[in-house]
Amino acid sequence: MLMETTSATVQSSANATGPKILAKDVNVFYGEKQALKEINVDIPDRGVMAFIGPSGCGKSTFLRCINRMNDTIAACRVTGKITIDSEDIYDPSLDPVLLRARVGMVFQKPNPFPKSIYENVAYGPRIHGLAANKSELDEIVAKSLERAGLWKEVRDRLNDPGTGLSGGQQQRLCIARAVAVGPEVILMDEPCSALDPIATAKVEELIDELKRNYCIVIVTHSMQQAARVSQRTAFFHLGILVEEGETNEIFTNPQDQRTQDYITGRFG
Amino acid sequence: MTLDGKSLLSGILALRRSLRAPSKPEQTRAAGRPKGDAMNEHIVKSYEEELALLDKKIAQMGGLAEHILGQAFDALERRDPKLAEQVVKSDRHIDDLERDIEEQVISMIARRQPLADDLRHVMAALRITGDLERIGDLAKNIAKRALAIADESHPKPLMTGLRHMVDLALSQLKEVLDAYAARDAERALSVWRSDESIDAMYNSLFRELLTYMMEDPRSIGLSTHLLFGAKNIERVGDHTTNIAETIHFFVRGVMISDDRPKGDDTSSTLFPAG
Repeated sequence: MLMETTSATVQSSANATGPKILAKDVNVFYGEKQALKEINVDIPDRGVMAFIGPSGCGKSTFLRCINRMNDTIAACRVTGKITIDSEDIYDPSLDPVLLRARVGMVFQKPNPFPKSIYENVAYGPRIHGLAANKSELDEIVAKSLERAGLWKEVRDRLNDPGTGLSGGQQQRLCIARAVAVGPEVILMDEPCSALDPIATAKVEELIDELKRNYCIVIVTHSMQQAARVSQRTAFFHLGILVEEGETNEIFTNPQDQRTQDYITGRFG
Repeated sequence: MTLDGKSLLSGILALRRSLRAPSKPEQTRAAGRPKGDAMNEHIVKSYEEELALLDKKIAQMGGLAEHILGQAFDALERRDPKLAEQVVKSDRHIDDLERDIEEQVISMIARRQPLADDLRHVMAALRITGDLERIGDLAKNIAKRALAIADESHPKPLMTGLRHMVDLALSQLKEVLDAYAARDAERALSVWRSDESIDAMYNSLFRELLTYMMEDPRSIGLSTHLLFGAKNIERVGDHTTNIAETIHFFVRGVMISDDRPKGDDTSSTLFPAG
């Protein structure tokens, strides 16, 4: 199921010539069990792509392939090819730690470090040696918090613990932490499912902002959220990528009966 | 029934085919089977019921629109002011139904956020109810004209022409409502294509009425009423065509792309040719 990317979804075509991420014949096995079958998809730069599908369909598994999070699961085996900017991310010579700096991730439950707000954001840039001195680090922290739409709310209490923030603020802190190491891709695994509608709206507004500079891939159980934030949507079912296309098309006129049945609430 | 070897074999083959069917992706694809045919039901039953109720109201409204259009013309033909007054009254029911359907659609959008075919379904209902309401108004207008010219004697050949026209409009309307109930885009498309013949009939009636008026200026009052009546029927055809377009979008997910054949050139005609 090779899908073509359309230039309409690419926000700034100046820097984006082809797809940012390209997956070809990706299979994932957990031991004997095959979790993903022959996934082929192009993910454009500077835009949001949503993965939807019922629980256990493989969408989160596929998301975790993009920053090699599955490496940490012993029984997990990935075949096929995934490239970012034409570079094979499963190349044995590639350091997965450096890859994860390029491909940031935000999880379902906000998971700030049990440290101060400042340290939460400064930790990544520091271990990756991105700042030469304290004032440069301060600048990265401020800029990242700004980008995550959190700066105004926390600038007077940067030394307070990150875990003391509200759920929505914590999630934006995690986004600031991901942004601080200068990633190219941000993966979000149900980033709003633990948030109330206002906090959700703030994160969605943030996603809208961030898509100008990043390639964002979001897994969501909320069909409405996928419809609101993404330009392209992929529907997974039973380990297969059933349908992928422009979000507008998928939600008004899906081509596959399974997509239609899922998004209209006809099977679970 | 006795089982011979041949029917047993074909029975087994059919069973095997049906068992294999779900694993074949191309057979579950929307493109592979008409949407709306053997459609899976929603997990939430009340959603299913609301959509069914919406269709029931559309069917009711469509039936009523059909009915009063027929009655309005009967009133005109038979010069029956009582029947005409009844039509004027009945049109209120259509207006009530329209409001009711509109409210239901708005509520469904707010509460259920319909997507894909459900979204097209509620949007189709909203648009169709608008067209049916207009058809009701046009029927009412014909009834009012029937009241206005109840005492005049009607020229027979013209009335026959009008009768043909209204019969065609009614059968198209019935056909398009059936197409909606059956989710049949092909049938809707054929209604859409045949609106041309109503236009052509209107065209020729227009010319006849002009000739008639030129021959006998005393008939101008009556003829003008009949001309507007004919125009109203032609407009009913246009709304029927709109409904056909809506059904096509609902069922197929795409707008009808080519231009509709148009048979009405009266807006650019001054006097009948010849």
